[in-house]
Amino acid sequence: MTYTQLAVLGVVAVAVLDLAVLRTRLLRRRVFWTSYAIVVFFQLVTNGVLTGLRIVRYDGDAIVGSSTPVDAAPPFLGDGRIAFAPFEDLLFGFALVLLTQCLWVWLGRRGVQRTPYAGPPRVRMPGQRR
Amino acid sequence: MSRFAYVAVLVFVLVGTGWLEVLLRARVYARWRRLLMTLVPVVAVFCLWDLYAIASGHWTFDVERTLGVVFPGGLPLDEVLFFVVVPIASLLTLEAVRSVKRWEVGDEAPGECVDGVRVDGVRVSDGDAS
Repeated sequence: MTYTQLAVLGVVAVAVLDLAVLRTRLLRRRVFWTSYAIVVFFQLVTNGVLTGLRIVRYDGDAIVGSSTPVDAAPPFLGDGRIAFAPFEDLLFGFALVLLTQCLWVWLGRRGVQRTPYAGPPRVRMPGQRR
Repeated sequence: MSRFAYVAVLVFVLVGTGWLEVLLRARVYARWRRLLMTLVPVVAVFCLWDLYAIASGHWTFDVERTLGVVFPGGLPLDEVLFFVVVPIASLLTLEAVRSVKRWEVGDEAPGECVDGVRVDGVRVSDGDAS
């Protein structure tokens, strides 16, 4: 299988785990999408470093875009890439984050260190409730 | 210095999220047994994915810019640590958002919490899907 196919499969598998198997239903919660929005921004930054500096290099046969060039940085945007990284990395990251949070919530629901609960913040944050 | 290029990204992620545990009381490290039980399957699944990708030639690593410790199958130690550091960062983000926004996550004890935080008998309604 190509990376593209595996990445789509990974997202679908973890989504099924969240919605139907463990029924943590994070995909239906604001808390998940808000935290994911923060995570994906930093993923683009850190993964941009790893792929832009070619610490990780990709084969064009496995992704939608072309191979990482031997002697230059890959395109910042375009040719299937976003912030130097193949867009497939966004799916990979999404599956990694959702699987982690899904297992964490499932364990908590089953009583594994449900407490101490998070909060309240020690500092005032923008958008803080009450 | 280049040996530390990959690991520098990991340190950036750890430092960049560490304050959430203290200042926003995310309490992810405080629940370290639950964290370990979450990490074991996540690291296992994603290391297997990585080993398959390396074996299939989906991607390669510039070992000159990793710590130089490579597991059988061509998996650098840095990459394994990535699957520890990024999940921790994603959980700190999830719990920090819960701490600030008080949104339900799904692991709250029945009747003990509303919107993901302990309450004193008063039910506060929230539009969150559950």
